[in-house]
Amino acid sequence: MLTATDLACSRGERQLFERLCFALEAGQWLHVKGENGAGKTTLLRTVVGLSPADRGQVRWRGADIRDQPGDYRRAFVYLGHPACLKDDLSPLENLQLALQLDGFEPREEDVLQALQRLGLHGREDLPSRVLSAGQRRRVLLARLLLRPAQLWILDEPFNALDAAATELLLSMVRHHLDAGGVAVLTSHQTMPLAQSREVRL
Amino acid sequence: MTASWRFFRFASPATFYPLAGRLQPLFMSLAVVLAAAGLWIGFMVAPTDAQQGEGYRIIFVHVPASWMAMFIYCVMALWAAAGLAFNARLASMMASALAPTGALFAFLSLWTGALWGQPMWGTWWVWDARLTSTLILLFLYVGFMALQAAIDDPRRADKAGAILALVGVVNVPIIYFSVQWWSTLHQGASVSMTKAPSMAATMLVAMLLMVLAFWMYSIAVAMARVRNIILERERQAEWVRHAVA
Amino acid sequence: MRTVLIALRRDLLLAGRRRSEVLTALLFFVVVVSLFPIGVGPERALLRRIGPGVLWVAALLATLLGLPRLFAADHADGTLEQMALSPQPFALQVMGKLAAHWLLCGLPLVVLAPVLGLLFGLSADALLVLTLSLLIGTPLLSLIGAIGAALTLGVRGGGVLLSLLVLPLFIPALVFGAGSVDAQAAGLGVQGHLSVLGAMLALAAFFAPWATTVSLRIAME
Repeated sequence: MLTATDLACSRGERQLFERLCFALEAGQWLHVKGENGAGKTTLLRTVVGLSPADRGQVRWRGADIRDQPGDYRRAFVYLGHPACLKDDLSPLENLQLALQLDGFEPREEDVLQALQRLGLHGREDLPSRVLSAGQRRRVLLARLLLRPAQLWILDEPFNALDAAATELLLSMVRHHLDAGGVAVLTSHQTMPLAQSREVRL
Repeated sequence: MTASWRFFRFASPATFYPLAGRLQPLFMSLAVVLAAAGLWIGFMVAPTDAQQGEGYRIIFVHVPASWMAMFIYCVMALWAAAGLAFNARLASMMASALAPTGALFAFLSLWTGALWGQPMWGTWWVWDARLTSTLILLFLYVGFMALQAAIDDPRRADKAGAILALVGVVNVPIIYFSVQWWSTLHQGASVSMTKAPSMAATMLVAMLLMVLAFWMYSIAVAMARVRNIILERERQAEWVRHAVA
Repeated sequence: MRTVLIALRRDLLLAGRRRSEVLTALLFFVVVVSLFPIGVGPERALLRRIGPGVLWVAALLATLLGLPRLFAADHADGTLEQMALSPQPFALQVMGKLAAHWLLCGLPLVVLAPVLGLLFGLSADALLVLTLSLLIGTPLLSLIGAIGAALTLGVRGGGVLLSLLVLPLFIPALVFGAGSVDAQAAGLGVQGHLSVLGAMLALAAFFAPWATTVSLRIAME
């Protein structure tokens, strides 16, 4: 479903990677490994379409992602490093607005349920600035529960998560893959999930 | 087919570098010859003006400089647009190479305008339409160069500069029109440097020669500058290390 | 269209939680305008002559002050990236943000200007024309300024660089905006000036959102 052919990217003068290829079918996921600064985030941003690659192609369902931006963006959720939270708004408001901007109309009960499932019960209406780093991360992860998507692209999603949240996220990813979804993850951790492909930068 | 293939072959910095090196002295010599001819006609042959005496002769530098400043901005915007549309690094480098020369001509135009104004009307500056427009054009050039200088990533600098140049080139006629309007509206102003002395044929020839001279000079300098930009941007490449060694 | 309204509502909501930022630009406008009578002297005739120009320049500068904030906050916390990756067109979301920016930064200037015009002894007719010119002019300034804000997103020396890029592009608006009030004072027709201003606004409304969106994508590469 997701394939990359001959991808090459440079940052300034440094060639981060070249001739990079991978192919993912339904239920498979890609583990992007590498040291800090090796280009993992750049690779994810190239797959997502934020950064143009110097060479090569990324294809989703056979079509080049540049030819079908709207369809492609509907199909994935990208969670990068920043928490994407507005400090002045509550987690509930943040999620509702984010999903509305994406063109979805989530019901309030669903959003609340997602937040509760991620362990944020009682904090849904507080301004986000009072949340800890781990809690902010969880609000971001709530999008995975609320936004239907076939492709998950997650950059260091386990950052700042405690053991319980890590387990929860792993089970979410497992569930997503079992349902036929595809995922691209960067992480320093080993992840006990089946069907993995690996790319080392 | 062959012609366009040859063109695209020169669209790579590596092949353009030696070509630019060969073209540069050629255009510089042309520039010198044309400038000598133009200045000789302008300063020696053209008749003394009835109203303004000898001082008007600076017009042979002032007006061509204004025209070149405007012309170079349009060419620069064209190259920048090509660099953006075709993702061609060399086109963007040409735009960056042209900007300082364009700014120089804008500045030259303003400076010669001041030199003209002082002995004539006792004032170093007059807010007439051409001078004001040229001043704004200088700001546009400086803005372009400042933006490119401030962005570290060269490709991002190229693309951002291209957008700015395109926005600028669309605005330049609007700015010129607005300034013209503003100038006629506030016609209490004492003098206008756009009221050049009525042109004798020799004066026109001299102006034309100076325009061509400035044009050849711009190309020559752009060739030299783009070579420097190529060396700097491509310095990781093999051929550069050979060329500089 | 819904996307535009959602983006608009979001920015208004955010500004509502941080009211002081909006007021700062307004206060700046008042202070700058007040500096001129202090600088040039309180002679009535002189103030009446320079009034329209001063108010327009101050409006320009106040708009400039608010421009960096247009995209900076969203860029810093990652929400701008999410907007760029949204299935909804980025350009529509940008339009919503621009509309919010004008409502928060431009419209208050339009409302405040006639009051400040009284400080310069402008007649009622002049005040009317001034307000009208700013009503058409401030959206134009927001649109042009947004391109500059997008180009300088996250760049060193951003605010000053933004001013350098954008002020020359503001000049036509200034010429026709302030010029319209002068035309009224001279008894000439005002329609010409306001029509040109309106035409520039139409042109900007057509091109600027697109140019801003492209610039934002370049900035986020």
